[in-house]
Amino acid sequence: MSSENLIEVKDLQMYFPIRTGFMKTTMLKAVDGVNFSIKPGETLGLVGESGCGKTTVGRTLLRLYKPTGGEIYYDGNLITDKNMLQYRPKMQMVFQDPYSSLDPRMTVEEIIGEPLDVHHLYSNKKERREKILDLMELVGLNAEHATRYVHEFSGGQRQRIGIARALAVEPKFIVCDEAVSALDVSIQAQVINMFEELQEKLGVAYLFIAHDLLVVRHISNRIAVMYLGRVVETADADELSDSPIHPYTQSLLSAVPIPDPKIAKSSKRIILEGDVPSPLKMPSGCAFRTRCRYATEKCAQECPKLTDRGGGHMVACWNK
Amino acid sequence: MENTNGKKPPLLEVRNLHTAFKTDKGEVRAVNGVSYVLEEGHSLGIVGESGSGKSVSAYSIMQILDSNGHITEGQILFKGEDITHYSQKQMQEFRGKHCAMIFQDPMTSLNPVYTVGNQITEAIRIHSDKSKEEAKANAIKMLEMVGINDAERRMKQYPHELSGGMRQRVMIAMALVMEPSILIADEPTTALDVTIQAQILELMLDLQKKLNMAIIIVTHDLGVIAQMSDEIVVMYGGRICERGTAEDIFYNPCHEYTKGLLRSIPSTSNMKKKLVPIAGTPINLLNMPKGCAFCSRCDSAMKICLTQVPDELRIDKTHLASCWMNVKNGTYMKEEA
Repeated sequence: MSSENLIEVKDLQMYFPIRTGFMKTTMLKAVDGVNFSIKPGETLGLVGESGCGKTTVGRTLLRLYKPTGGEIYYDGNLITDKNMLQYRPKMQMVFQDPYSSLDPRMTVEEIIGEPLDVHHLYSNKKERREKILDLMELVGLNAEHATRYVHEFSGGQRQRIGIARALAVEPKFIVCDEAVSALDVSIQAQVINMFEELQEKLGVAYLFIAHDLLVVRHISNRIAVMYLGRVVETADADELSDSPIHPYTQSLLSAVPIPDPKIAKSSKRIILEGDVPSPLKMPSGCAFRTRCRYATEKCAQECPKLTDRGGGHMVACWNK
Repeated sequence: MENTNGKKPPLLEVRNLHTAFKTDKGEVRAVNGVSYVLEEGHSLGIVGESGSGKSVSAYSIMQILDSNGHITEGQILFKGEDITHYSQKQMQEFRGKHCAMIFQDPMTSLNPVYTVGNQITEAIRIHSDKSKEEAKANAIKMLEMVGINDAERRMKQYPHELSGGMRQRVMIAMALVMEPSILIADEPTTALDVTIQAQILELMLDLQKKLNMAIIIVTHDLGVIAQMSDEIVVMYGGRICERGTAEDIFYNPCHEYTKGLLRSIPSTSNMKKKLVPIAGTPINLLNMPKGCAFCSRCDSAMKICLTQVPDELRIDKTHLASCWMNVKNGTYMKEEA
């Protein structure tokens, strides 16, 4: 195992049992054989439609769920079965909804201080207080905010509190699960910039999960595209955006509305027919074949594996 | 806007609209003097952040505000006739027949205990004297038109049996059964995935051409606005910052807020550069500043911005902006009663 990768995920599987009738359960394969790696200080963007398993990947990675199968390595160490307490200070998460992910009965100081308490990261009260104020400054909050409660803040400020809490333990890796999706555009830009600045300053790596492809392209070094529990394409952010190979990536990118009237009104969209199939009734072989223009018989029989198409551009497709 | 006598009045004209809500904390003036014109078959995009009054201005047209909200000033002219004084009954006639609306969340705007068919035929039977069979045939035709296959079977299904994109199609079918001349879409695709969003937007543009209907699309997504609208209204703090054609707004923004908004979104042109966010947080409608609503977040704010609300300045024939920065370049727009 090379330890040049901070995070390495091999064949990750996460199945949830779903009751589908009396005494009958079916396995919902939310994540089914996902592989990727993240280098220190790098941002990997993870995109896909709702229900494709991108959030589950993020949560399983931090062992908020116990994976059904596969291996997760942090800095070369297998953490799939480890007690996570020792790894929590290194791996953190920022959640989508800054309204429900912060305790309404705690002040900002208590929220940011809690991880410091849990991991005993200070020697005296004064140091604790200083650390909290430093963190608040880092994310652009004023010292006077420390004694306030969450309901007194706007969405953007709440997201900053959530980020300060994640940064409190000085992690090397943060999973950002739709961390800017709930914010207004002008505030979104503030938070995106902050993520980028923090990365420059502290060298943290991100797994940036989002459905907004333009935001993901902006912030990521590399992007992985998921469809129904599997990664179908991964490449350098620009490479993937400019020359996507997988038919799903192609249509996903063409569906993004470009904020430029001339381009938006003239560009040809590849409109996908129908909806994403239910993950309980996954199509055989390649999961995308039911909506794919190029689907052949082979696609129904065998699921394509990710193969390198040059320069680390990995694609899982038989026909492209 | 010019409304010369003898000429056909525009399809919809909103003049100096003010809408306020009474709350425990005082009166919230959500819309403060909004004016725009919608021509037949055109599409108008209203863009702004949350709390900018973009949805409330649309709800005011339909008069479906919450019970504590009311139009305090201004006129809404539909084909030259002011509809703000319409009675309940007249409004019911107006809604559905002339002007229909679709909402962000198709799950909460469909009734979960009635079948899709039931809900669409209800809309038809309220507004026309068609028989049950005729209404049913009409509903099936409509569902096919919005791209739902196997429409007859879908008629018997309940909303929970349909996917999000499918539900939004049903909403559109229901809105369009009476072939209204205006469709108001309030964040119609915000709850949907991009690939489904592309389907729905394409469908709306397609139906617009087929039925020659005018669309008002309310959204925060500049990408959707760019694709959908001929004309754009940019709102902030209940007022219009800037309005003009899509090209005016995107290629020659003249209000500091519009400029800031365009700089703050990732687009294909600024991929490698840092985004330039708008500093500060959106204003509190309970505590509106005396001058320009945007001045506390504006980098170019001047003394006059603090004390005086800028009038709409005409940049060119189609383009108007309310920003003191343009006083040198523009001329004052003349208000015509």
